[in-house]
Amino acid sequence: MSGDSKRITIPIGPQHPALKEPGCFTITLEGEKVVNAVVGVGYNHRGLEKACEARTYIQDLYIIERVCGICSHTHSTAFCQGVEELAGVEISPRAKFIRVIMAELERLHSHLLWLGVAAHEIGFDTLFMYSWRDRELVLDMLAMLGGNRVNYGINTLGGVRRDITPEMKQLIHKTLNAVEEQNKYYIDLALHETTLAARLSGIGKLSHEDALKYGAVGPVARASLVDDDIRVAEPYAAYDQIPVKVVTDGHCDVFGRAVVRVLEIMESIAMIRFALDNMPDGDLAVKFPRKIPAGEVFSRTEAPRGEDTHYIRSNGTDKPDRVRVRAASEANWHGMQHMLEGDYLADVPIIIAAIDPCYSCTDRAFVLKDLDRGRERVWDWQSLKRYSIDWYKERGFDASKIKLAERRI
Amino acid sequence: MRKGPGKIAGFSLKHVFKKPATISYPFGKLQLEENYRGKIEYDAESCIGCNICARDCPAGAIKVVNVGTKEEKSFQCRLDVGHCIFCAQCVDSCPKKCLRFSPHIDLAAFSRDSLKVTM
Amino acid sequence: MLTALFHIVIFPGLLFLGVYALFFAFLDRKLYARLQNRVGPPWFQPFADFCKLIGKETIIPEGADRRVFVSLPVFALAAVTAAFIYVPVWSITHPLYSFEGDLIVVLYLLTIPTLCFFLGGWYSTSLYATIGAVRALTQLFSYEVPLFMALLAPAILAGTWSIAGISAYYAAHPLYILINIPAFVVAMVACQGKLERVPFDLPEAETEIVSGTFVEYSGRLLAIFKMAIDCELVVVAALISAIFLPFYAANPCLGFLLFVVKTLIILVLLCLFRASMARVRIEQMVMFCWKILTPLAIIQIIVNLLVRGSLA
Repeated sequence: MSGDSKRITIPIGPQHPALKEPGCFTITLEGEKVVNAVVGVGYNHRGLEKACEARTYIQDLYIIERVCGICSHTHSTAFCQGVEELAGVEISPRAKFIRVIMAELERLHSHLLWLGVAAHEIGFDTLFMYSWRDRELVLDMLAMLGGNRVNYGINTLGGVRRDITPEMKQLIHKTLNAVEEQNKYYIDLALHETTLAARLSGIGKLSHEDALKYGAVGPVARASLVDDDIRVAEPYAAYDQIPVKVVTDGHCDVFGRAVVRVLEIMESIAMIRFALDNMPDGDLAVKFPRKIPAGEVFSRTEAPRGEDTHYIRSNGTDKPDRVRVRAASEANWHGMQHMLEGDYLADVPIIIAAIDPCYSCTDRAFVLKDLDRGRERVWDWQSLKRYSIDWYKERGFDASKIKLAERRI
Repeated sequence: MRKGPGKIAGFSLKHVFKKPATISYPFGKLQLEENYRGKIEYDAESCIGCNICARDCPAGAIKVVNVGTKEEKSFQCRLDVGHCIFCAQCVDSCPKKCLRFSPHIDLAAFSRDSLKVTM
Repeated sequence: MLTALFHIVIFPGLLFLGVYALFFAFLDRKLYARLQNRVGPPWFQPFADFCKLIGKETIIPEGADRRVFVSLPVFALAAVTAAFIYVPVWSITHPLYSFEGDLIVVLYLLTIPTLCFFLGGWYSTSLYATIGAVRALTQLFSYEVPLFMALLAPAILAGTWSIAGISAYYAAHPLYILINIPAFVVAMVACQGKLERVPFDLPEAETEIVSGTFVEYSGRLLAIFKMAIDCELVVVAALISAIFLPFYAANPCLGFLLFVVKTLIILVLLCLFRASMARVRIEQMVMFCWKILTPLAIIQIIVNLLVRGSLA
């Protein structure tokens, strides 16, 4: 306990059952009310952008796909689009449609996943189990189309790797019917269940103005009546040929975000059906050069969590000069402190979960702010290593002698 | 319009006597698609040792080596399953189609060395 | 002396209660899983969990008062077991230990575990445990009043304060059970708070405060605490079934079978409650208990007094 005698400061994380990935939320409480919240992310920096710079474009594709476990397809689509634009290659209409179908299936599974996680955060495990059960149906479809449940690997530079056969089409239609049926029930439940509504309404408020101010994206913004969707604003892949209806809601709270997500599931189902029925014939992938001409490109896609942007700079070789990924959660973190303050401690997990956060997708660089001395330091790899060795030395363990085994095959 | 709490109770009760959606893994039978990207399989007969697979592998998990002589070539594929990320780019890249994926996914092992396989 | 010891330690005391509680825990978990369309645990799972916890290292936090910290789980379990002795198991005409007013004793004994959870959390000197402890106490003040009143209302109508007496009265006048239905509902909802189950599992609330009061408990002590919670479930189910479901059989064997069936019915209802609701916030819980449950229980008491008066 620290500070004012009435106030206690409690850390949520880095290890906490409510957080699926490490992140530290330092919450100052007055009774059960949150008076101050400090959002601390950066525990999961993986150096993916640097890894991309050291590999060829075709290898990067799979690195980029692993930026996020849930919205993997949207990342690889953004990357592919960027590189295709740099190379001046136009992909076939069929490949575009397959990309859209995968993207929407991914949105389905991501939103169903979110529904389950949110239900779990508020102790409603039955809804959690059911929504994840139905998510399995979608995952099976994705596994059938791409060959894996999460990192589908269906995108390749210049098109897609696998086709959708008529049998698959039938199966997808069948699954969609089942998911739609279930989702109608969830919509009914989310809108009308008393305990659910009592827990979700009025918390994590983010007004329309604040959503614009903090630059919120995706369902968080759309639940604050911000009509923002890359699929409409800047149609990519085949979204210009498919009717997209943007779902918005005026609740401006966690309840609104839940409503937006369950309604978006219905929209996605309609879009997949349309895309399946109107899929043109054509090649899957076109021939793609290994070396990409110099240039830079900015590519945007709509991930299930919001706008996902990739910046790629090429220098004429087969490796990119710079890759910058901004995952959707990165934009949504900014409003988090505002959303948390004034609510109860019991609501902290669900408010955090309501933006559908991705921690490791977001972590990019180490900027440690020394609050006592009021200065910032950017740590590079060497100084971090030195710091960790010193830290352990102080505690009686000398790590400097340890040599890591060379990686060999 | 708000309905009372416990709305899901009827829905749940209906499922009590239905077949559960989960299985007691590893005892139950797991259903995998035929084209699931599991462990890579290798056909040494048609391999020409071009190592394009190794060049395109994002994880540096695969390598084809010539264990025979320069005249009598005999290839071996060394795969580190621990490093493999199962993207199957090597399968796509292989000009002779001597690599393919299998739906074999139970690959857990007690040591890292046992994950390094030679095919 | 020897029979008393037998009753306390073996049947219907500690051993029987423990085994029955583990069986109950299994049924609760299995049914919960089936309600969620899952396979659920095998029958020995609660027993395996218990054994595993017993075998684990017990860590006592540095800042905690060692003696209090260690004795609290034992206290909780002892109180629950003591309460069970007074609940009729196989016969309501020849109860083991029964006296006028044992209902009050049982209710008070059942409050001790909650107080132990509070003290356990408080003495753990951990932030999460402290918040859990405060929540446990806040919750205690909310559900205890409606729960007590809901259980006392049938007693008022029956004109006796002994559990066996109440059972016998309603067994003789089965139609009067219908008058107590609102009290039954109140008791069922309020005992979710006592048992710290969803929607009132705020002191534990895993996703909010890790596991609240029990966050610093480990190994054997945690096993005893968990056992106390499982036993409490049995005792509360037995108590509610004795008061609100007073069907009985003269034959002790049949009576025991009926006891099992009755408690299972209560368990199924409790499990259904747990499966179909989200956890509420502490202020919502207090509001709900004081604004809805308590007035309902008061009305029940008034109705029962009136019925009693008109009967006399």
